[in-house]
Amino acid sequence: MAMHGMRGLSVFISDIRNCQNKEQERQRIDKELGNVRNRFKNEKGLSPYEKKKYVWKMLYIYMLGYDVDFGHMEAVSLISAPKYPEKQVGYIVTSCLLNENHDFLRLAINTVRNDIIGRNETFQCLALTMVGNIGGREFAESLAPDVQKLLLSSSCRPLVRKKAALCLLRLYRKNPDVVNVDGWADRMAQLLDERDLGVLTSSMSLLVALVSNNHEAYWSCLPKCVKTLERLARNQDIPQEYTYYGIPSPWLQVKTMRALQYFPTIEDPYTRRTLFEVLQRILMGTDVVKNVNKNNASHAVLFEALALVMHLDAEKEMMSQCVALLGKFIAVREPNIRYLGLENMTRMLMVTDAQEIIKRHQAQIITSLKDPDISIRRRALDLLYGMCDVTNAKDIVEELLQYLSSADFTMREELSLKAAILAEKFAPDLSWYVDVILQLIDKAGDFISDDIWFRVVQFVTNNDDLQVSAYILGEYSHLLARRPGCSPKEIFGILHEKLPTVSTTTIPILLSAYAKILMHTQPPDQELQSQIWAIFNKYESCIDAEIQQRAVEYFALCQKGAALMDILAEMPKFPERKSSLIKRAEYSEADTAEQSAIKLRAQQQPSNALVVTDQPPANGATSPVPVGQLSLAMVPSMITTEDHTSTDPASSQQNGSLTKVDPQHPSADLLGDLLGPLAIEGPPGATVQSEHNAVSRLEGGPDAVDGSAIVPVEEQRNTVQPIGNIAERFHALCLKDSGVLYEDPYIQIGIKAEWRAHHGRLVLFLGNKNTAPLVSVQALMLPPAHLKMELSLVPDTIPPRAQVQCPLEVVNLRPSRDVAVLDFSYKFGTNMVNVKLRLPAVLNKFLQPIPVPAEEFFPQWRSLSGPPLKLQEVVRGVRPMPLPEMANLLNSFRLMICPGLDPNPNNLVASTTFYSESTHAMLCLIRIETDPADRTQLRMTLASGDPTLTFELKEFIKEQLISIPTAPPQSPAPAPAPPPAAQATPQIPPNDPAALLAGLLS
Amino acid sequence: MGIRFILMVNKQGQTRLAQYYEWLTLEERRALEGEIVRKCLARNEQQCSFVEHRNYKIVYRRYASLFFLVGVDNDENELAILEFIHLLVETMDRHFGNVCELDIMFHLEKAHFMLEEMVMSGCIVETSKANILTPVQLLEKTS
Repeated sequence: MAMHGMRGLSVFISDIRNCQNKEQERQRIDKELGNVRNRFKNEKGLSPYEKKKYVWKMLYIYMLGYDVDFGHMEAVSLISAPKYPEKQVGYIVTSCLLNENHDFLRLAINTVRNDIIGRNETFQCLALTMVGNIGGREFAESLAPDVQKLLLSSSCRPLVRKKAALCLLRLYRKNPDVVNVDGWADRMAQLLDERDLGVLTSSMSLLVALVSNNHEAYWSCLPKCVKTLERLARNQDIPQEYTYYGIPSPWLQVKTMRALQYFPTIEDPYTRRTLFEVLQRILMGTDVVKNVNKNNASHAVLFEALALVMHLDAEKEMMSQCVALLGKFIAVREPNIRYLGLENMTRMLMVTDAQEIIKRHQAQIITSLKDPDISIRRRALDLLYGMCDVTNAKDIVEELLQYLSSADFTMREELSLKAAILAEKFAPDLSWYVDVILQLIDKAGDFISDDIWFRVVQFVTNNDDLQVSAYILGEYSHLLARRPGCSPKEIFGILHEKLPTVSTTTIPILLSAYAKILMHTQPPDQELQSQIWAIFNKYESCIDAEIQQRAVEYFALCQKGAALMDILAEMPKFPERKSSLIKRAEYSEADTAEQSAIKLRAQQQPSNALVVTDQPPANGATSPVPVGQLSLAMVPSMITTEDHTSTDPASSQQNGSLTKVDPQHPSADLLGDLLGPLAIEGPPGATVQSEHNAVSRLEGGPDAVDGSAIVPVEEQRNTVQPIGNIAERFHALCLKDSGVLYEDPYIQIGIKAEWRAHHGRLVLFLGNKNTAPLVSVQALMLPPAHLKMELSLVPDTIPPRAQVQCPLEVVNLRPSRDVAVLDFSYKFGTNMVNVKLRLPAVLNKFLQPIPVPAEEFFPQWRSLSGPPLKLQEVVRGVRPMPLPEMANLLNSFRLMICPGLDPNPNNLVASTTFYSESTHAMLCLIRIETDPADRTQLRMTLASGDPTLTFELKEFIKEQLISIPTAPPQSPAPAPAPPPAAQATPQIPPNDPAALLAGLLS
Repeated sequence: MGIRFILMVNKQGQTRLAQYYEWLTLEERRALEGEIVRKCLARNEQQCSFVEHRNYKIVYRRYASLFFLVGVDNDENELAILEFIHLLVETMDRHFGNVCELDIMFHLEKAHFMLEEMVMSGCIVETSKANILTPVQLLEKTS
């Protein structure tokens, strides 16, 4: 046997199997890689058999996750071996290791072609299979006609033709412009007459690809597909080898029905009748049997038949059979069938008239929403989302809300997102909508993405009457939503009685509201004014900087009187546009498994305007938009007028539609830009705001609505103080590979790193210091563009006193000084803590000190002549230090000092190797000339083979020499009302999000 | 395109065979395999055989200590894939006689040969066990 000879391989596999841990495995593999490398180097002594053995070892090692790039050539070269066993290994391993763009493949293209057009059919098969798996453009260009010929050749045996069919499929799918399929309809039709089921199976896949591109051209294949299906369904002339548990090739049946779903309809009555007879047979004749495999196989066929029936929009009777079947499936215990029942019922929603019948199963579907299996819960959620309309929205959304409290963390965000979309789409009235959203925030605040916030604000802003109230309600009190009472005083009263009980993050919002109420009470109410001024006065000395600043500013603004009214005017309307939530749901990828239903929903409702349905609310109220139903709803009615003195507040109250603020109004606009966000909701530091925007852009997240400035950023404020200086910890970790990155009373985050060339393997140790669990733990990597980072899953909860390890893989793509940031948050009790931590995956980690002898240094130094590869700069403001200390500093950054190279004792020469994916290993040479008379300046010259690297490394060293950066003060000084723009930290480059972030840390 | 990858993983989470039909870098493969193992191996017998992950659907089946995991497109027929896994196992059974994890470890190349005969370019080529095993037997004769 092939393997018996390969004793060395068996021994190696045994060794691997016996490794106790990953480290041992790595050692054993390193040893083997060294061995294989050596053997390949002295290739002359290598027999084909040995070569084969080593190539297999490589595949094995690659499967275990280790790089074997060095051996690619050897694998490819085996393709040209004359004997079958070696050739086979060459083909198979090459198609496992290489991708279609690999240069080495080009070297093999002639051999491959000779094998394909040659006489040896086993070689033909090998070559066709490899091209079918990894063939790229060049293969398509040079081989497509040969492959097409083989597929149609009558002298070729089926074993070659079936492979030719799928080889052609690959070439066509990858390069439809290169592979000429004109006139292939007749040939495909001819292929479908094939008796051999292997060839037929492959050809059917090819047909699916061709038809999906252009069904018009392949009408002639349609009756053939029906005939094939009939042949299979009736078990006519099917060899025993192709029946599976008594079912004629279920895979070919499925594929054939899939091909039929690409034809929009079937016109020929005979074909249609035949097909429906077959489908009817499948629908009615599939019974549940004891044997699992037989059962699965027959149901695979049944589900495909269901899909085809739905596609064909069959007669009503047949449709109701389908729905009845699905209704049965979603109630069975067998989880696979239940899952598929739910999934197919969601597809069924596309069929006209089916929705009403599906609604009858609502209760059953809701049961599945509570199933212990998350796969099933997701399907149930998707289906509920898809079937929701005005008639059942209340029930469904309330079910979702109820489920939200017990749902597992992985589903909460999706769940709340969907509930929010449905609430918005089908709200019978505004107050219900606001209630739902507030419940959402109440039940799953941490899982509410910012988009929902944005959307609520956008929604209420567009529906005039709710504006200010919702800003306030957003934070706290749904209790207020339904109380009567409209006068400014009453509103103020309602709000103010809550003030003693609210958190410090809420007070600023209330202050904003007071300012607005006051400013827009026309004519002014003296009593209210003095009441509110007193409150502002009181908070002017508040210990919380945010509250203090607002109090001071609002007080100052109030005293300027009506001239500054516009600052507090109504936010301009948001443009009607697609809900960012729906966009988000559409594009959200990964685990959420949104697919059909959301897209379907989007297609069904092309108008994305916000619509409050005309449907009368269940409680019998008649007004679609119940103006005045909300106690605070009237506030904005009173605040928005262009001409403040002449507007009759009563009239605007009644009709609820108000004069818009003219955006062209020059003074209002100017001040609005400057102070708008601050006056309404923003925190004093506009930097925080820009950071948020930067983050969402960085993540490529859904574009925030224009008015993102009004989102309550206070949400994220931390009340927990870190232990130790975060910046100092970071700087320490830049020089060493393990230590503490962050600590506060609840958590300690340690880090351990290993760096190897341009790869880094970090482990974050998240330690809960308490006897209660930390929940809602979230860690988000914000890598700069030059780093590829992959953080393994971070658990939502860290048990008491437990430590969790989260590996983080880093790949350095290019030289850059940007810093990666970890956005980390957790909840302890009622404290929501969010910190952004710089990670010590900094430039010097990708350096490897290397001594360079004089005879190599100088030629290199000279060959890199002048900018941009060699840069020189006189650096001033250097932290004075003795030369040995500077040498130590450089050494600690992995720049190796090479003593004796420079005859001047006041100069330092250093060398290092920098690793990144784009530069590979690149030598860097550094020379520093100091002035013993003035230690605060020096001249630095840097050279490498990459201009970016030279520049970045120069800047990096400069930063280290000038001063160790220290953390900015903890909180900005509460200066009385400086314009927010002035607080932006000036040293930060404006369009560099990562640097922006890094600058804001600690 | 149908099948994106086929993995065989033991219950400790060690990969015993990996065949991809779309190109992923080594790092991407490692990450993907880790995620899938974490997700699928924790499931119990009462749960269904389908797991949604990233843009894939994973159809999986457990045989003793070995998990067979197949990543497919979202619109693939799940039960057909589930039975395709069983067909693969039966084919290996016919060759090795009651196949086990060690057979696959020590005869990785044969497992690959069989897979090559069954799947190409992410599509099913052959479902007849006799036809699948012919080239494997041919190889045994020639070497």
